[in-house]
Amino acid sequence: MAKIVGAITTSHVPAIGGAIAKGLQQDPYWKPFFDGFPHVREWLAKVKPDVVVLVYNDHGLNFFLDKMPTFAVGACDSYSNADEGWGIPQTAPFKGDSELSWHLIEHLVKEDFDLTTCQEMVVDHAFTLPMALCWPDQKWPVRVVPVVVNTVQAPLPSAARCYKLGQALARAIESWPKDERVVVMGTGGLSHQLDGERAGFINKDFDETFMASMVDDPAWATKYSTTELVELSGTQGVELLNWMVARGALPEKVRKEHSNYHIPISNTATGLMVLEPV
Amino acid sequence: MSATSARQPVPGTTIFDGEQARKGYALNKMCYSFNDAANRKAFVADEDAYCTKFGLNAQQRAAIKHRNVLELIEAGGNAYYLAKFAGIFGLDMQDIGAQQTGLTKDQFKAKLLAARG
Repeated sequence: MAKIVGAITTSHVPAIGGAIAKGLQQDPYWKPFFDGFPHVREWLAKVKPDVVVLVYNDHGLNFFLDKMPTFAVGACDSYSNADEGWGIPQTAPFKGDSELSWHLIEHLVKEDFDLTTCQEMVVDHAFTLPMALCWPDQKWPVRVVPVVVNTVQAPLPSAARCYKLGQALARAIESWPKDERVVVMGTGGLSHQLDGERAGFINKDFDETFMASMVDDPAWATKYSTTELVELSGTQGVELLNWMVARGALPEKVRKEHSNYHIPISNTATGLMVLEPV
Repeated sequence: MSATSARQPVPGTTIFDGEQARKGYALNKMCYSFNDAANRKAFVADEDAYCTKFGLNAQQRAAIKHRNVLELIEAGGNAYYLAKFAGIFGLDMQDIGAQQTGLTKDQFKAKLLAARG
């Protein structure tokens, strides 16, 4: 049976792609962010995943506002990146596993998660950049399943619902009959706000409490409404909903393998965590 | 409390909800089209014609003309889509942040750094 070997949660802002393209990883501005990742890569080399289930929000590449699913799952055998409007270099395509995707879809719908299924899907920076941070040579050694959460257009799914989705996702993954090792990733956040007079809002206290809760008190953020999460973490900080899904996929007791936190890159407080089930 | 503040309780923040999504549909659809380099080029070549093609209203056209992010949000623009519009002019998120907060870019960067505490 498949086994979840751990979760990685990280920020995903487009500027990371620009920095990678310009080779700025050791530039003083970027170094504190990129230096968080060698340890993640060592961990990945150790746990050797076969599959990454990557939970993120689309920013207007695969989905426009004409059709906006609350939760969507990719069911393709390959996924490509595409121009998002800024012309940053695109990553190599990703190998999917439609059989596994459909297994997860069957299981999740059986558990009353009413999903949108995607047999054609392009993946944006929120998917590609975390992958490129984990595997900078972009020779992806894993197959992927994208899981998309609507963090764009309110009403958003609640943190509690996202956490439960993660729990159901874990049961779905662990019922996959192949002996495969799975890493669940959740991308976005942490606190940031791009729009409005409150642009530039960052809440270090909240981020630190949230990151601590990811280890010891995983349901902590579920006490907040999504509007309260916007107030506490910013209009885009609410992308932490993707972290809630990833955290839900791990058991209550976890071990923190690694974490990093840095303010700012672009307009964002960046967080990174690697968690292992105990 | 007015209906607006009940719907939008966070100061300095317009949560992109159904009301904003309806109001901003044409504007966001135009910005979505900027994923395609040919469309970015067509916009630059004839901005008015491009806005007409997507059926922008007068408020949205004025906000586009002014390159004013707060006006664009007021007209229903969503941050992720407006980022594609800003990209045409090579503006990054710190330029956008500075404009909305009435700061210079350096002041805005200092504000971000100050969040380190």
